[in-house]
Amino acid sequence: MEKFGFTLLKERHINYDANDRSIAEYIDSREPSFRLCIECGCCAATCTTGNYTHFSLRELQIFLKRGENDLVRENIKKCMLCGKCILVCPRGVNTRNVVMLAREAFQKNVKNAV
Amino acid sequence: MSGKVVVIGGGSAGMECAGQLAKAGFSVTLIEKKLTTGGHVNNWYHLFPDRRDSIEVIRYLEKQIGHGNVTLLTGKTVNNIMTDHNTLIVNTTDGDEIYADAVVMATGFDLFRSERKEEYGYGIYDNVITSADLEAMFRKGEVKRVDGRIPEKVGMVHCVGSRDEKVGNVYCSKLCCVTAVKQAMEIKKHNPDARVFCFYMDMRMGGALYEELYRESQEKYGINYIRGKVSEVSENINNRLVIKVEDTLAGRPLRMELDMLVLMAGMEMSQSGAEIARSSGIATGENRFFAPADHHFGSNKSNIKGIFYAGTCTAPMNITETISHARAAAADVIDYLRNGSR
Repeated sequence: MEKFGFTLLKERHINYDANDRSIAEYIDSREPSFRLCIECGCCAATCTTGNYTHFSLRELQIFLKRGENDLVRENIKKCMLCGKCILVCPRGVNTRNVVMLAREAFQKNVKNAV
Repeated sequence: MSGKVVVIGGGSAGMECAGQLAKAGFSVTLIEKKLTTGGHVNNWYHLFPDRRDSIEVIRYLEKQIGHGNVTLLTGKTVNNIMTDHNTLIVNTTDGDEIYADAVVMATGFDLFRSERKEEYGYGIYDNVITSADLEAMFRKGEVKRVDGRIPEKVGMVHCVGSRDEKVGNVYCSKLCCVTAVKQAMEIKKHNPDARVFCFYMDMRMGGALYEELYRESQEKYGINYIRGKVSEVSENINNRLVIKVEDTLAGRPLRMELDMLVLMAGMEMSQSGAEIARSSGIATGENRFFAPADHHFGSNKSNIKGIFYAGTCTAPMNITETISHARAAAADVIDYLRNGSR
């Protein structure tokens, strides 16, 4: 069959209602400070990993809250758990625990389990 | 003490200013175009930051104007103010001429008419309401959709009619952000299972205890904040609202269905204040509010000798600021009448 080069582009919309936010709910129920984030970006600015690779804890937290889990699953493994982000967070978010819980949730594959 | 003052507008600012001047011994005529005093506070349920019932404020203000030196004229609209040497003549539409040594403009604000932002569908879709409509629902004790169902998923749109050149209002109305936070929490109190989303451009939490309220809304009520201004609203076949917004922090467009959408209407110079400004030559700024004679030292003073400002006819203000501004206006009026200072 001849290929004409036509293709369907994936929609860029975050389809909030269809997305699976169980990972975020798993974190929220165990680390309530997760919901205090105001997206200032201090965590990402101070992050050593983020300095050398594409890794932004600010962005990852947003993606989790929107249920865009595929964008987080692999990337969140890059974190070295140094905890500098906790020191700079103005809202007192326990960011390291957020990362730990996110990894745990992905590992348990918590969808529909919380 | 001699000296007759006319205060135009019987809302928070006018009532407080009239009360203060009466206590200082001046004879005050308070003119209100509606049949009742109180102004916008009458339409509000609980006030931030401490969620006090607005009725308490109304009672306080009524006590203020209960002084024997205050004459209250309701149902009267001011046409213009004329100056004759040191005397001001306030003309009403029903032909009255009221003489005064000083006049305080306390004409307040109008809420932005949200139907002007057509893309949000106010007046088109039943379940798109304004912040004022929501306060009325709180007062009635029921937050319901038009079909009688309790909304499970509610969106709040910040900056409706504020920071928007398309509607001619470039300024920030300053109170809508905290109103959204307060109302979001109240929705959760009515229905703890509801999910509430605030769509904001910036969270402007500049007032006393505002930031604390914002934090409380996240911590205790789990209110969700999404940065991005809703661009359009439509209704689907299930009678739910579909919104489109750019989630600017995720860098992606976002689509969501909602049961109810609340538009946080901004504050504009009142129509009646603008008419008096035009007919009487009182200076207004680019934002159409009355222009203060000096931004630092004369926020209660106008360009016309003997005419002063109190409250939200000069800029958006909350109740606390309005009452302080009204007291400052009274102080300026007293200084003017006693010492001739302008």
